[in-house]
Amino acid sequence: MIAKLILKRLLVSVFILLAVSVVVFAATLLLPGDPARAILGQQATEERIAALQAELNLDRSPVERYFLWLGGLFVGNFGTSSATGGPVTDLLGERITASLVLMLCAALIAVPVGLAIGIFSALHRGKRADQAVTWGTLTLAALPEFVIGIALVTLFATSVFRILPAVTMSPPGQQVWEIPTQLILPTLTLALVVIPYIIRMMRATMAEVMDSGFVEMARLKGVPERRVILRHAVPHAIGPVAQVVAIQLAWLAGGVVVVEYLFRYPGIGQALIDAVTYRDVQVVQAISIIIAAVYVVVNLLADIVGILANPKLRSAS
Amino acid sequence: MSTASTAASSSATTTVPDLTLVMQGLRVTTLDGTEILHGVDLQLRRGEILGLVGESGSGKTTAGLACLGHFRAGLRYHSGEITLYSRDTDDLSSDAASREAAGSGVVVTQLGDEDLRALRGSRIAYIPQDPALSLNPAIRVGEQIREVLDVHGFGANAQERAARVRQVLEDVGLPSTDEYQRRWPHELSGGQQQRIGIAMAFAMTPDVLILDEPTTGLDVSTQSHVLDTIRTMTSLHHVASLYITHDLAMVAELADRVAVMLRGDLVEEGPVGQVLAAPEHPYTRKLLEAVPDLAGRKQLTQTGQLDVVPEADSGSVVVVEAGGGAVSAEPETQAPLLVVRDLKKFYGGNTVLEGVNFQLEPGQSTMVLGESGSGKTTLSRCVAGLIDDYQGSVTLRGRELAASTRKRTNDDRQAIQYVFQSPYSSLNPRRSIGQSLSVPLEMSGKLPARQRRAVVEEALDSVRLGRSFYDRRPGDLSGGERQRAAVARALVNAPDVLVCDEITSALDVSVQASIIALLNQLRAERGLALLFVTHNITLARHIADHIVVLNQGVIVDSGPVDQVLEAPTHDYTRRLLADVPTL
Repeated sequence: MIAKLILKRLLVSVFILLAVSVVVFAATLLLPGDPARAILGQQATEERIAALQAELNLDRSPVERYFLWLGGLFVGNFGTSSATGGPVTDLLGERITASLVLMLCAALIAVPVGLAIGIFSALHRGKRADQAVTWGTLTLAALPEFVIGIALVTLFATSVFRILPAVTMSPPGQQVWEIPTQLILPTLTLALVVIPYIIRMMRATMAEVMDSGFVEMARLKGVPERRVILRHAVPHAIGPVAQVVAIQLAWLAGGVVVVEYLFRYPGIGQALIDAVTYRDVQVVQAISIIIAAVYVVVNLLADIVGILANPKLRSAS
Repeated sequence: MSTASTAASSSATTTVPDLTLVMQGLRVTTLDGTEILHGVDLQLRRGEILGLVGESGSGKTTAGLACLGHFRAGLRYHSGEITLYSRDTDDLSSDAASREAAGSGVVVTQLGDEDLRALRGSRIAYIPQDPALSLNPAIRVGEQIREVLDVHGFGANAQERAARVRQVLEDVGLPSTDEYQRRWPHELSGGQQQRIGIAMAFAMTPDVLILDEPTTGLDVSTQSHVLDTIRTMTSLHHVASLYITHDLAMVAELADRVAVMLRGDLVEEGPVGQVLAAPEHPYTRKLLEAVPDLAGRKQLTQTGQLDVVPEADSGSVVVVEAGGGAVSAEPETQAPLLVVRDLKKFYGGNTVLEGVNFQLEPGQSTMVLGESGSGKTTLSRCVAGLIDDYQGSVTLRGRELAASTRKRTNDDRQAIQYVFQSPYSSLNPRRSIGQSLSVPLEMSGKLPARQRRAVVEEALDSVRLGRSFYDRRPGDLSGGERQRAAVARALVNAPDVLVCDEITSALDVSVQASIIALLNQLRAERGLALLFVTHNITLARHIADHIVVLNQGVIVDSGPVDQVLEAPTHDYTRRLLADVPTL
């Protein structure tokens, strides 16, 4: 039954990704400029351009090109970068890994810490600690990510303390995570951006659950408070919170653009900005699809968590 | 206090009477110091059920929960003592309860958190009002029972606990199979859920049981099953029980003694027979008068509600002969007012209504009686056009109505008005009563905006709220006042038919009595026809002159009230009548 429900969501996800691919492709078609001309530069002869257009399938109809492109996606062929002239995969391979490392670190910090603070805040509702958390989260939520990033840089890298690197070094042949200290500030920035929403949502759902009849009943059964919270209350809060966590994690995929730019972090965000600057259509398409895929996958995971956390949904199908 | 303490000391030496829990001068306040309970004294004896009666807000639940040392958010213990005299002191050597119990009992109100926790669920158990809310929806029912045994360390090992779970399930008349234990709460019916709650409470064979309106929200027949279970379990295990309820009829059926609470004070206490037969306090008498009875000997009056709002107009209360066709129906010169013919409704493959027929004359009141799931609400929603994909026809004055309210004409919509079950959710909390009541007038668009206020004020007067309520918001109103406002909203467009969907089931008996009296009066004044949908058969003679008994979407019995109640033709009706608790 659960498998069937998950399969259904999976099919919907695939459909959404296909729809996104159409939109992305159509949008990039509207961009001015000819990739072949962009690759070969100003001095290219007409014959060479025609030859490259044929090679890149640019002489075919847009529908044909869409399906060729789509078919390429399935075998990992994202096309040719007009900036480097090489395959997009070569350009993005390392950057995707670097971005994923950054996002994963941020998620691994933000989710557990956010949930824990949210629960703590809900259990101390109305007390000073809770009010402090509320003010803190509101302030953080009001700050754009680059402000948080700049503040952190000022605090830890330039003006106050000089203990952490302000920008990322990526000498050729060396992976970014081989110098762990340079991951700290970007990770912290991303975590601080998503954490207030997770805290607030967890606090709200948890507070509601703690007021419910079954939590009171559990206490009146003599269940120890720790067990009341972990066994009776938290499972009910997880479902709704998973959705918010998913949206936040998905946001990370887009949020890395600004943060990577700020810290000169060699991830897909950087690549996207470069690609837009150089009109590198194929790279823009590829990154858009990747970010969309992250959104879809993360939301799918949240749906699955929601289904698993709610027996009613589980047996309803 | 002196009587209580001497009784308490005697229980240490003798066994009869077996005082189990003594509450002395309990005072509870809100966090800002307002006193909620003004010194309540209660004694619970072994094997005896004490009924604690009072209206919502009288503090009966607060008193009940205090027995477990629990005070809800916003409330605080002030003074007084609750002492528990536990029974098997040897079995519970690990308990804080038993260490002291050997002496003079445990003072619950002085225990620390950990000692209280050990007491709850093992020595003092609680059965809550709404099983659907109090069972954890994400934990299997068997496990929820086992949890009580686990946290209180029942038996020597897991096998013993598993055996105990099976045993209590059988005790409350539920299957004890593993399959059943692995079910989720939502896979059980309301009655089964409540019996899981009872099994949970009895799992540790407690000394004291606090039952907080455990049958509210259950059907009459389910209710009688649950009451039977409670009765046998109480006498079987020799438990001292506190049965909190607003229903005096229930107390008469179940309890040995009864205590009546009014606004945080205990106003009367004594053996059930004595209190119900010869109530001393005026409030007890008021409560008794408000209880509807099947025989219809009493009249439910506006004065049944003690906290009735000051009358805005005359101040005189008009008493209307309840039921019995006191209202003269118009001579039948034309087609009947409302005819429902062969009404059918399916939800997917589920048949909810299977060919329902009845008709309604002006000034007539028909009670649609049925338990939850009988299709009675579906029926009333079809009549009102809130459900639009039914089959069959609803005819008003000989003209067939469109299925959906959207497609009905303005006049048709105004002719049939609907009052919802819960006045707590049917009024928009952000709008003043006047604004809410103006909406139907705005929609009909017949009156210029200036005159609307006058009509709304008139409607407020006619439901005995008074025009001062125009600018108040639902949050300031009591349940009864809200329901009056909801009735007034249905009246502003001068309907012919009022569909009342369980409109008194969320209200206290005395408030119910005043609403019933109000409806009867409106019926007399305006020739209003009522479709009174309810599960409460005892109201029949008070409100209706015809009854339609609905069971699983089929009308099994119908006719004039006297005929159906005295000579029911269907088994189902007979069973319903047999299950009714009476004073």
